[in-house]
Amino acid sequence: MENILELNHVSFSFRTYGGVIKAVRDVSFELHPGEILGIVGESGCGKSVTAQSILRLNPESTGFFESGSILYQGQDIVRMQKKELRKIRGGEIGFIFQDPMTSLNPTMKIGKQIAEAIKKRRSLPKREIVQRVSSILKRVGISDPERRMKQYPHELSGGMKQRIMIAMALIGNPKVIIADEPTTSLDVTIAAQILKLMKKLSREMQVSVILITHDLGVIAKTCDRVIVMYGGKILERGTVREIFYQPAHPYTRGLLNSIATLNTKKDTKLQPIEGTPPDLFHPPVGCPFAARCKYGMHICHREMPTHCALSDEHHVFCWLQDEKAPKVPDIFQQNRGALC
Amino acid sequence: MKKYVIKRIIISVITVFVLTTVVFFLVRLMPGGPFTNPKMTPEVQKAMEAYYGLDKPLPVQYLTYMNNLLHGDFGYSMTHANQSVNSIMFRAFPFSADVGIRALVFAFSIGIVLGIIAALNRGKKLDFVCVLIAIIGTSVPDFIIGGVLQYFFGIKWGLLPIAQYKGFRYTILPMLALAFATLASVSRIMRSSMLEVINQDYIKTAKAKGLNDVEVVAKHEIRNAIMPIVTIMGPLVASVLTGTFVIESIFAIPGMGKYYVESISSLDYTMVLGMTVFFGVLLVIANTITDIAYGMIDPRIRVR
Amino acid sequence: MEQQTVALENDFEVVGRQLEEMESISRPSLSYWQDAWRRIKKNKVAFFSMLLIAFYILLAIFVPIFSPWNFAEQNADDMNAGFSAAHWFGTDSLGRDLFVRAWMGARVSLTIGFLAAILNAVIGTCIGGLSGYYGGKIDMFIMRLVDVLYGIPPLIVTILVMIVIGRGISSLIIAMIIVGWIGSCRFVRGEVLRLKNQDYILAAKLLGVPDLVIILKHLIPNVMGLIITNLTLAIPGAIFQEAFLSFIGLGIAPPDASWGILAKEGIKMLRIAPQQLLITGFLISTTMLALNLFGDGLRDALDPRYRGTE
Repeated sequence: MENILELNHVSFSFRTYGGVIKAVRDVSFELHPGEILGIVGESGCGKSVTAQSILRLNPESTGFFESGSILYQGQDIVRMQKKELRKIRGGEIGFIFQDPMTSLNPTMKIGKQIAEAIKKRRSLPKREIVQRVSSILKRVGISDPERRMKQYPHELSGGMKQRIMIAMALIGNPKVIIADEPTTSLDVTIAAQILKLMKKLSREMQVSVILITHDLGVIAKTCDRVIVMYGGKILERGTVREIFYQPAHPYTRGLLNSIATLNTKKDTKLQPIEGTPPDLFHPPVGCPFAARCKYGMHICHREMPTHCALSDEHHVFCWLQDEKAPKVPDIFQQNRGALC
Repeated sequence: MKKYVIKRIIISVITVFVLTTVVFFLVRLMPGGPFTNPKMTPEVQKAMEAYYGLDKPLPVQYLTYMNNLLHGDFGYSMTHANQSVNSIMFRAFPFSADVGIRALVFAFSIGIVLGIIAALNRGKKLDFVCVLIAIIGTSVPDFIIGGVLQYFFGIKWGLLPIAQYKGFRYTILPMLALAFATLASVSRIMRSSMLEVINQDYIKTAKAKGLNDVEVVAKHEIRNAIMPIVTIMGPLVASVLTGTFVIESIFAIPGMGKYYVESISSLDYTMVLGMTVFFGVLLVIANTITDIAYGMIDPRIRVR
Repeated sequence: MEQQTVALENDFEVVGRQLEEMESISRPSLSYWQDAWRRIKKNKVAFFSMLLIAFYILLAIFVPIFSPWNFAEQNADDMNAGFSAAHWFGTDSLGRDLFVRAWMGARVSLTIGFLAAILNAVIGTCIGGLSGYYGGKIDMFIMRLVDVLYGIPPLIVTILVMIVIGRGISSLIIAMIIVGWIGSCRFVRGEVLRLKNQDYILAAKLLGVPDLVIILKHLIPNVMGLIITNLTLAIPGAIFQEAFLSFIGLGIAPPDASWGILAKEGIKMLRIAPQQLLITGFLISTTMLALNLFGDGLRDALDPRYRGTE
């Protein structure tokens, strides 16, 4: 199975007055064709920065790649010329932003904004452009597209605006869509509709999706595989089943413990993860989660854990997987020594 | 939307009304006023009395006054023999309008361009230069700029004429002096507006669609950044207008500003009266148009 | 810090959470005004501007006291002279020493500028603040009034008033404040309206805090920063107004000096003695520039959200 997108040891930082912020550190993962890959983590863990870096959408004056490569169909996006990159943006890889309220130009009509995504690629007659816009609007579930096309963003509700964003990302027939917290600013019921829509379109149009979120519920409902990020690094990844039922990292376990499910008993106390995320100006040398980890060991503070493959898809970076580590009750530890 | 426009117009009508009434009463209070000025000959005095109905009770005088105003009749100048205020104003107006409109167009266009350049080159030398120009323009009074321009370009280097209006070349320095402060304000606002827009999310969306930098700037950034400029048009027209008072005096241009200043110092009250009302009304109209225009340009206000 | 590859004996000993370092507060906490002062000091441009204005004020106070020349003393032998040891700024067309006239003028212009701006701010704040806080019919009435008055070009009114009440410093100030209070009134009212609905005000009311105390202890301190900033930025406007009015013959009457009068005289002598205008122009411009820059710096310093570069 060939990967449609590959990130290899990508490190991305920002220059600020206070110093250099290492937002993303040595992140590697692949996107398989046709799948929905989720990236989950707290605010500030680097998931948005990673997502935006795939299309080099981070602020140019302050953000820069420290190292790594992003391969799309063999070409390295990091080193590509701007001209090539623009062809990919909107055409091969689409992006859906987090807040639909502010992500649309308030002074431009909807139809025009959507059309912009395809206008330059092929010179099409106006009538055909209108037709395409109309059909993509229908596809994302907007009724009466001819009327909507002539409206301005403020005339639409939040859910509809997000559908417009999806339409804008899809109209160029991309092979990949990156959705950065597409439902965070929406009502729960609207969010559910949007997710359902995205899943449906992904299957129908055979688009691979990278879905960024901090909500485990969204992951469970929509994704095939999951990546867990913290402090700019990937801590664990695997299929949704593996992550939810056999979490191999204390952080993942912490996330799972802190949410309420239908099965949670009435008087159970939710367990938050104590502490705050690490300082990204001077990130810790070892595992970024060590200071907050109840199983933290001396080596965790000293050295970054080595990579451990628990199955084809299930990978984790944690010293608890080492054969010398103690056995703990709620973490999935493989038969030590076997695969690491 | 219609409600908004109507409300604006009503308020401006009331404002004009208040203004003219205030002028009416103030004129009656002026020392050595038009009705007691020893300079006047008895004939002129009689004509004044008849015109203003001074022998009649105050309310009647007021109505006469308002009636005259509505007909655009401002009476006769006291220092320019036998010339009606209207005729003097009509003669002088084209000069003022000429330099004034040139100045406004210049100020807005160059100001907007400078603001855009500064914003796009934030932190670099170009930005610094533009900001410097803006700071100078908002701090140095226009008569100082006029004087400095006169001195360097006219007297010292003899490049451009500095007095009177005998052709296009004569308008260059006055126009620059008049425009400078406005240009500075416009560029300052445009710059901060652009900077705000550049950081908005929808600009990222535009980039994600594959638009190139020029398109992003032209179609998305400028379009949104220019809106605040519309809101300040009224006050800027006002400052250009009051600027003509000094600039025309310095550059000896026979426009309304110069006549206004002269009539103040020569205590020609009818002229002062008439021109004050004229300027006042002009400014109120400018402000009202600005208010209405802003409502029309921002589609978010339009629908309401 | 190099990675140790040699394993230590207790490497895999569980130590648990190490949260103490995380929670320590990194900066000492400062009061609002301490923080503002610190930020102003950091802003070199604003700080320098403040010093410049202070310097001008000192000169305005002391030069006329200590100068050997009187500002009205004419000297027919020595007209339009250039810079010299006797006359630091030279003389004007009537032989008067320009240096002392410049700083006498500074007294007048700066006094008018500061006083007019302060009075406008005080009146506007009182009316706008009370109107905004109490609301109701009074507020509606005042707002309609302000709406109408706002449209009247202030300069026009000032000119008319000046014609009526004659020239001089006090007339000028009165004329300027007749319409000048409207700007700050609108602004303060807007701010009070905004703050009045914030939760901490409601909380105070629920606790039974009397209105006056709410206004003094909760509302005013929060608006104060903005008022002071606007005040500082209004002073150059007032100085400009005085200069403008004097220039067109309505402000201060000769032989009194103000910067506007000096500018007017300077323009007349432009061909013969350009330094007269240039000096006056320099003084006015640098004063207004310094006030604008200081005002900008003050605004940045007093805005609690703008932390700037730390």
